[in-house]
Amino acid sequence: MATTSAPPSEPFRLSQLINDTRYRGATIQIVALILLMLTFAWLVDNTIQNLEALGKDFNFSFLWTSAGYDVNQRLIEYDSQSSHARAAMLGILNTLILAVVGCVTATVIGVFVGVLRLSNNWIVSRLMTVFIEVMRNVPVLIWILIVVAVVNESLPTPRSFKGEETGAFVLTNRGAYFPEPLFTNSLGDIDVGGLFLVSNDFLMFVAVLGLSIWGAGKMSEWATKRQNETGVRPQILLPQLALIVLPTAILLFSLGFYLGYAELKGFNFKGGTFVRDSFIGLWIALSLYTGAFIAENVRAGVQAVSRGQSEASAALGVTPGRTMSLVVLPQALRIIIPPLISQYLNLTKNTSLAIAVGYMDATGTLGGITLNQTGREMECLLLLMAFYLVVSLSVSGVLNWYNERVKLKER
Amino acid sequence: MSETQTAPPPASAARSHAFVASGDIPPSPPPASEVGPVRWVRENLFSGWVNSILTLLSLLAMYGLLSALVPWLFLNSVWSPDPMSLNGCREVNAHGACLAVINERWLQFVFGFYPAEQYWRPTLAFGLMIVALWPVLFDSAPRPMLWLTAAYPAIGYWLVWGGSVWGPALALAAPAAGYFVWLYGGVLINRIWGEDFGAIMSLVAGGLAMVLWWMFAVVLLDGVISDVLPLGLEPVESSKLGGFLLSMIIGATGIAASLPLGILLALGRQSSLFIVKAICVAFIECMRGVPLITLLFVASTLLNYFLPPGTEFDVILRVCIMVTFFASAYMAEVIRGGLASLPKGQYEAGDAMGLDYWKSMRLIILPQALKVSIPAIVNTFIGLFKDTVLVSQISLFDPLGLLNPIRADAAWNGIVWELYGFVALFFFVFCFGMSRYSMYLERKLKTDHR
Repeated sequence: MATTSAPPSEPFRLSQLINDTRYRGATIQIVALILLMLTFAWLVDNTIQNLEALGKDFNFSFLWTSAGYDVNQRLIEYDSQSSHARAAMLGILNTLILAVVGCVTATVIGVFVGVLRLSNNWIVSRLMTVFIEVMRNVPVLIWILIVVAVVNESLPTPRSFKGEETGAFVLTNRGAYFPEPLFTNSLGDIDVGGLFLVSNDFLMFVAVLGLSIWGAGKMSEWATKRQNETGVRPQILLPQLALIVLPTAILLFSLGFYLGYAELKGFNFKGGTFVRDSFIGLWIALSLYTGAFIAENVRAGVQAVSRGQSEASAALGVTPGRTMSLVVLPQALRIIIPPLISQYLNLTKNTSLAIAVGYMDATGTLGGITLNQTGREMECLLLLMAFYLVVSLSVSGVLNWYNERVKLKER
Repeated sequence: MSETQTAPPPASAARSHAFVASGDIPPSPPPASEVGPVRWVRENLFSGWVNSILTLLSLLAMYGLLSALVPWLFLNSVWSPDPMSLNGCREVNAHGACLAVINERWLQFVFGFYPAEQYWRPTLAFGLMIVALWPVLFDSAPRPMLWLTAAYPAIGYWLVWGGSVWGPALALAAPAAGYFVWLYGGVLINRIWGEDFGAIMSLVAGGLAMVLWWMFAVVLLDGVISDVLPLGLEPVESSKLGGFLLSMIIGATGIAASLPLGILLALGRQSSLFIVKAICVAFIECMRGVPLITLLFVASTLLNYFLPPGTEFDVILRVCIMVTFFASAYMAEVIRGGLASLPKGQYEAGDAMGLDYWKSMRLIILPQALKVSIPAIVNTFIGLFKDTVLVSQISLFDPLGLLNPIRADAAWNGIVWELYGFVALFFFVFCFGMSRYSMYLERKLKTDHR
């Protein structure tokens, strides 16, 4: 019959905005948008009024004025005459270096503890369980303070080394001294855009080592290709080692490389690479704390791969080593890596606790002394949060890309 | 068949040979190395040389730790030396923990600088909190107790901060006001807009009435009624709060508020409505992307800028808000994981049953998603509770912040390990307890493979 006739068109009623699913979504969204904009307008209006009442304005020109304070750990040239912006950059570099070394050691500790936690050895697995639980259930700030206190209270003062022969490494309650790489025929420094100096020796070293490793990789590729063609893999281990070691060694020799040790001069050590007590404390505490979390992730990941997978692989005649690398690990990694990366993010954010022990990271410079000296809370905190946000978002961008790539394909 | 079998030889024939056993030989006991503790030790601790080395190293580590800790903490510790000071402790026993500092400052650790004669108030509030939590945590509690749970925020606030009883009571009455407007104002609205649109609008009006009641009526009526009938407790300033009391206030507020907010954010992030989704994603990512300490700086220095001039907003309240926001972003991600882990069929089933969005979420999706994410939710709670120590960095006197005034006291100058250990122990007990509870809950709710 005449089923093609259009349904009787009803006049639009106001209630359709809510009760009709065709319009409801749009209504809700428009209301949400209006509410959001009203809230923002209200907040901005309040802020403007409050700033006016205090006689403040909103601009970032303070960043280029002289900071007037000193920073004790610096990777780039800095003195108290430098600008606030430079202090902030110094802080950001300090944050990043702490985050990077922390992530590396936390991963090592985490994998080690996580594997031992799965061990058949009763005492070892219990000990690791206790370690994990104790670490995870106490705030990281307390761990940081405890480790710094251990460094400060239990290590000898620099003065007590008087008259003693100190070796390459010196541990004092103010920090540790490591040998410093020095060059007799130094190539000097290069100025990067007027911002900071980079040692040419270091750049050369990185370039040569990088090229060697790249060459070694190419050599492996070539060997694999030969193997596929002829069935025999050429011996390349020694040439590879030579390729990696020799050019670097020649470079170091020609630059006149030697290690400078720290020496006691007066009441303190001079020379060497100095790592402050606060850095050591933060590094150890953050590594142990995050390592305990990573250990649990590793354990969960390995346990999540069902035993049938490795049994099936064994039934196919795959060797145990290849079973691990081709069957178990890819599946375990899919589970381990996302929480691992969010642990890295947590560690990076936890480096902001450096402010409690006086390590000058981004929070200590930009959100600490600069904020207090200039009284520009809004600008400083905005910049500080933007920095952390950029780091977090770029890392979670990588994470999302990875998740998308390894996701199980469903309908 | 049996007939064809030959008869067994006579017994005398068997006895005729001396080497044939006349009966069953009793099984000999297994070798000593294969039974009991010896076998267990062999299999579990010394099964190979790697394992043996690990065992020995672990034993060594345990011995080192215990031999240092036990005498220091238990055998040589000093609880009440004559002058209650670090030097007094050292005179009694120089090699023991000076636990006298805990002994003397115990009440400060619990209550901060709360007036001593009012200690009963936070204690009562804590007791009531446990009573209010009971019906939430365990099914065995009588259901009407949930009313106490609902009223607890106002009661707890009033007990701890004191002041007029009318403010919190009026704040509690806001839902009643909203209900009143919805019921009676709704009649009027229905007459204007008609039945079906009016129903929605009267709901909106009820909600609006609640908010307006909170914003204006509470303060106004509080002043009026307090003049007529002054009834209340002695007010206590926020700066007097400290110690575990402060940790509990911030932790409990954050935990209680971040779960519902997190659920809403997670649903919003999954929503098909673009703008709602964008708002939720932006909020979650911004909160998760920055460290809590910067948010606490915002709370302590910046939040007052965003409020109307002249608003005096309590610092603990500001901190609670920021901590809640921070935790709710994490909560949202955790719950999103739970939502994503459900098979698509569950959502489709909800639609097929003809349930609307909220009903299908409430009855089908969320119960399953929340159950899946319980361990992660409790982990977020634990993280939040641990994060409360960060308020020591904006000069609030939580247990960690209290250490500074204690060490500034000449009597306790130079004391380190006892104080850190005590605070760490407090957090360990609470967080460990929470993680055990989550395991209990996981087991209780497990419905598969039984």
